[in-house]
Amino acid sequence: MRDYEMVIGLEVHCELSTESKIFCGCSTKFGGAPNTHVCEVCSGMPGTLPTLNKKVVEFAVKAGLALNCDITRNNKFDRKNYFYPDLPKAYQISQLYCPICRNGHVDIKTSQGEKSIGIHEIHMEEDAGKLVHDEVTGMTKVDFNRCGVPLLEIVSEPDFRSSEEVIAYLTKIRDTMQYLGVSDCKMQEGSMRADVNLSVRPRGQAEFGTRTEMKNIASFKAIERAIEYECERQIDLIEGGGEVVQETRRWDDEKEYTYAMRSKEDAQDYKYFPDPDLMPIVISEEYLESVKASLPELADAKRERYVSELGLTEYDADIITGNVTVVKVFETAGAKCGNYKDAANWILTDLLKLYKDEGVTPEDKEFDGDKLGTIIKMVNDGKINRKSGKKILTAVFEEDVDPEEYADRNGLAQVSDASAIEPAIRKVISENTKAVDEYKVGNTKNIQFLIGQSMRELRGKADPKTVKDILEKLLSEL
Amino acid sequence: MDSEQIIKLSALELGKAIRNKETTSEEATKAYLDAIKENDGKYNSYITVREEALAEARIIDEKIASGELTGAFAGVPVAVKDNMCTEGVLTTCGSNMLHNFVPPYDATAVRKLKEEGMVIIGKTNMDEFAMGSTTETSFFGPTVNPWGENRVPGGSSGGSAACVAAKLAPISLGSDTGGSIRQPASFCGITGLKPTYGKVSRYGLVAFGSSLDQIGPMGRDALDVAYMLNVISGEDPKDQSSAPTDKLDLEAVKNFDVSGKTIGLPEQYFAEGMDEDVRARVMEAVKLLEQAGAKVETFPMPIMDYAIPTYYIICCAEACSNLSRYDGIKYGYAPEDVDDLMELYIRSRSEGFGMEVKRRIMLGNFVLSSGYYDAYYNKALQAKALIKKAFDEAFSKYDVVIGPVAPTAALKAGESLSDPLKMYLGDICTVLINIVGVPAISVPCGFTSDNLPVGMQIIGKHFDEQTIMGFAYAYERLSKEAKQ
Repeated sequence: MRDYEMVIGLEVHCELSTESKIFCGCSTKFGGAPNTHVCEVCSGMPGTLPTLNKKVVEFAVKAGLALNCDITRNNKFDRKNYFYPDLPKAYQISQLYCPICRNGHVDIKTSQGEKSIGIHEIHMEEDAGKLVHDEVTGMTKVDFNRCGVPLLEIVSEPDFRSSEEVIAYLTKIRDTMQYLGVSDCKMQEGSMRADVNLSVRPRGQAEFGTRTEMKNIASFKAIERAIEYECERQIDLIEGGGEVVQETRRWDDEKEYTYAMRSKEDAQDYKYFPDPDLMPIVISEEYLESVKASLPELADAKRERYVSELGLTEYDADIITGNVTVVKVFETAGAKCGNYKDAANWILTDLLKLYKDEGVTPEDKEFDGDKLGTIIKMVNDGKINRKSGKKILTAVFEEDVDPEEYADRNGLAQVSDASAIEPAIRKVISENTKAVDEYKVGNTKNIQFLIGQSMRELRGKADPKTVKDILEKLLSEL
Repeated sequence: MDSEQIIKLSALELGKAIRNKETTSEEATKAYLDAIKENDGKYNSYITVREEALAEARIIDEKIASGELTGAFAGVPVAVKDNMCTEGVLTTCGSNMLHNFVPPYDATAVRKLKEEGMVIIGKTNMDEFAMGSTTETSFFGPTVNPWGENRVPGGSSGGSAACVAAKLAPISLGSDTGGSIRQPASFCGITGLKPTYGKVSRYGLVAFGSSLDQIGPMGRDALDVAYMLNVISGEDPKDQSSAPTDKLDLEAVKNFDVSGKTIGLPEQYFAEGMDEDVRARVMEAVKLLEQAGAKVETFPMPIMDYAIPTYYIICCAEACSNLSRYDGIKYGYAPEDVDDLMELYIRSRSEGFGMEVKRRIMLGNFVLSSGYYDAYYNKALQAKALIKKAFDEAFSKYDVVIGPVAPTAALKAGESLSDPLKMYLGDICTVLINIVGVPAISVPCGFTSDNLPVGMQIIGKHFDEQTIMGFAYAYERLSKEAKQ
């Protein structure tokens, strides 16, 4: 068998997290009973007209700048005409002729090293609704809640050569959108979707093979599996003397295979033309500058700064910057307690474990970084010990309690007064003569046992280091 | 005041009589509802007549009495073309496709009528989806011209024109995509204004050709039309193509002096194919204006040859997209017993739309198809730019451009249904104006030898309704004086 390489291009759809829809005032909130976030405009009633939500343009420009694109100064919207019950106007308002961003790139890191993936264009468009098939009645119903939710379609160049590159790129796009606050990119809620265009060719061949398109794959894992499957299918086909047919295929993630949906011959003519209801959008130099100035610090810059200025290890910085929610917790906690390294340690060893144990993501369950900062500060100031700190952290994670109040209520405040600690330690010494004797003859490991006993006597409320100091002092006096 | 007297009044006169307590909105509304009941069987100018308007008029009378409503049209009945959405009131667009459509919202222009305190007495008949020049393509049957029972009223706002001409409404709203206000106004002997594109919000006007559609007033004289424009015009946040503009200065309209103003007559507007009587009446009208001191000059406008193809490509392209939403799923006509989605689409659209609408949808789909887009749609956009340039040049020399509204007076019923191309060619004098977006008014200027009304078209610069309304009013006055 010949050695093949895959060639992949991606179309990624991100739902923008604007409050209202792109062409009307309806809410973009996910969920909601069917057809409750709907008005005469987004349901395509006769005579209604779109009015552009300017926030969508701002978000698109932000995304374009963050993905190193040229921003189109004279923008237009076009109509993409096709019939489907989830599209109430029977046309989607999109951008064909003048997409808002062009010629960008995303730099990714994989096991093969660093690589730059080209972005052909990014355009703004509206989402369609959803068909709900009722197995019982055999009826199909339509829910227009998602109609008119703003989308960015990010179209890459065919630059990918492995599924690993695809996942690295998607991760980077998702992180960037989240950092910018323009999209939450939740694949499970459909706010990030990817279409995969894939072809194979014998390694070394210059021209591309015939490609297939796999639409709306719903998770990173599914994308990875779909790519591997489709690549093998195409190679087997060619090696078996067949030909790849240009077509749209659907990935079935349960059965783990792709099947043909429609071929190129059935490809629709969308009869694009400029939407006469929407005026051209001109992006001025001033506007562009103001958006540039409002861009937040992105993952790469943060990672670098965490290492060089805050003294984090590269590994720790990588993990924290890999999730914008964690970044927020980290920066808030660090600012509160004044010690970013401690904040990183608490997050990496304790907080992320809580998330992992409960099987939820930081986006699913908000954690107040300010409270983490308070806990760290209490520990560092010797008000509580680390063990109590962890206990409070868990309580904050589970019930969002106030750390100081919780410590008071549960008597976690550390006993730091030597006069209160000494009697307890004297008691331990007198009750553990065997261990004390052995210690005196050189078995210094016993100190740990004695500390443990002392802590128990103090019901954990003392600083282990203070206990050790006093214990050593008292032992030396014996 | 008795019904007969009420019905004779212009809208402004009626409004004044209501304010002066010589009559009431209720009385006026009843007078018109009675007149409709008695006479509209002959004309079929209304699709929906609103008996409930009487109760609304009573409430308006109270508001006028309490001083809440003070507008010059407060209490005045009005008829609205059936392609403007009216909350809770059937809006059919003259089509089987929307035979049962009751919108949950008002068009902005309709809302403004209500804010003025006008009483909507009914929704008027029209060519299906405003496609046609005769009001014969309506699903609800043709409208008859009050000037002759075998004559069409023009279209597509034929119902809005006929009801005003037959005194079944004091004033009405129409819409104009390629002449649909001006041509029926001309055929029915009333005054009709197509405002500048963007002057009146299109929100709630069921779209035909979105870059061409414009709502406008149709009335018995220039002053009614001028005041109505002030009622309905204005920028609307719901319509991005609407523009902020000044209201007309009505005193300035009344005092407008044509002396020293310049009139351009495009040669092509008076060329061969123009009915002799129509040409003669328009030239006589121009003569009157000239005698009053206006300077008149003819000029060539060869680009006019491209008007019809350019217009029909653009409006059909936009229409085929605009009318795609009528799919039998959400509202309007839906066939029963369909087996699958494709059958639902095919039958909804085959049975819901009439012949002329289907013809234009097919034309539109053709010119937008890949492979034909550049040859047709793009070419039409280029021609549009050239036509705009020709008008810009004309308006750098003239204050207004004048010509006939249509090549003929009202056509015989049935004539153009059999020959759509002939019907399209009848739009030669009006479609250019929509392509350019400038305002134009049709003013009655006499009769043919068959005693059919003829309209003169006065075309102005963008947003210069002030000047064309001044000309229209001045001409009305001059022609009255000439008769005496």
